[in-house]
Amino acid sequence: MWVYEKKLQYPVRVTGKNVGLAKWVITQYGGPDGELGASLRYLNQRYTMPTEKTRALLNDIGTEELAHLEIVGTIVHKLTKDASIEELKAAGLAGHYAEHDRALFYVDANGVPWSAAGIQAKGDPIADLTEDMAAEQKARATYNWLINLSDDPGVTDTLRFLREREVVHFQRFGEALNEVQEMMQEKKCY
Amino acid sequence: MAVEMERMQCLLKIQELSFVTVDLNLYLDTHPDDVKALEHYNKAVAELMVLRKQYEEAYGPLTNFGHSVNYGNTWRWIEHPWPWDM
Repeated sequence: MWVYEKKLQYPVRVTGKNVGLAKWVITQYGGPDGELGASLRYLNQRYTMPTEKTRALLNDIGTEELAHLEIVGTIVHKLTKDASIEELKAAGLAGHYAEHDRALFYVDANGVPWSAAGIQAKGDPIADLTEDMAAEQKARATYNWLINLSDDPGVTDTLRFLREREVVHFQRFGEALNEVQEMMQEKKCY
Repeated sequence: MAVEMERMQCLLKIQELSFVTVDLNLYLDTHPDDVKALEHYNKAVAELMVLRKQYEEAYGPLTNFGHSVNYGNTWRWIEHPWPWDM
């Protein structure tokens, strides 16, 4: 069961309409290294995690990623809600408009829809936690590139918060991986 | 507008404190015996409960499905603004 909180985890302050920036930022909504994939990956892997710590961690980080998905969605919504058709066309979003008007959709910066083929659940906790660590690094790098592209200081501020969370998650997953590796070593000695 | 400013300031304090609990929660997931972190977590939760009650009395429930009391004579959950419009 989940409980919805009627607030963002971190505020989103945009300077104004900015269709071009929205087209790039949406990759963290529905792109291969975005928040949707992150959340679904962890929440799905948690069922086969072997220890108390790893089950809790996958559950909780998977949940926090949903809050990040909402933050990214809010950025895109605020940047595009008042855009004219001309502005959408100029930013290369005529195709998006044809399919979705100004609705959000789970796509990357090039309009490619989200796919479960981009995530895994191997059932092997070493493999899964290592994938999770890589996923956090890929998301951190994506936020880096988005910060480089951003010309809106408000959006940049929120992207920095999200980038920092990837670093913290990477750290926690690393601790979880160490625990599982130690557990497996002990089993072998026994 | 002034009311909206007040709401956002009150909400910002909740967001800050709520973030403390999220970050400590993840830390505690992998360090469950850290007594200092546990104390810090419980302290933040107690403060958060006070702030949330103040906010909800003024602006309506922050959570649904039985996790918040609805203060007032109408179902305030449906009221604008939702987070993506704040």
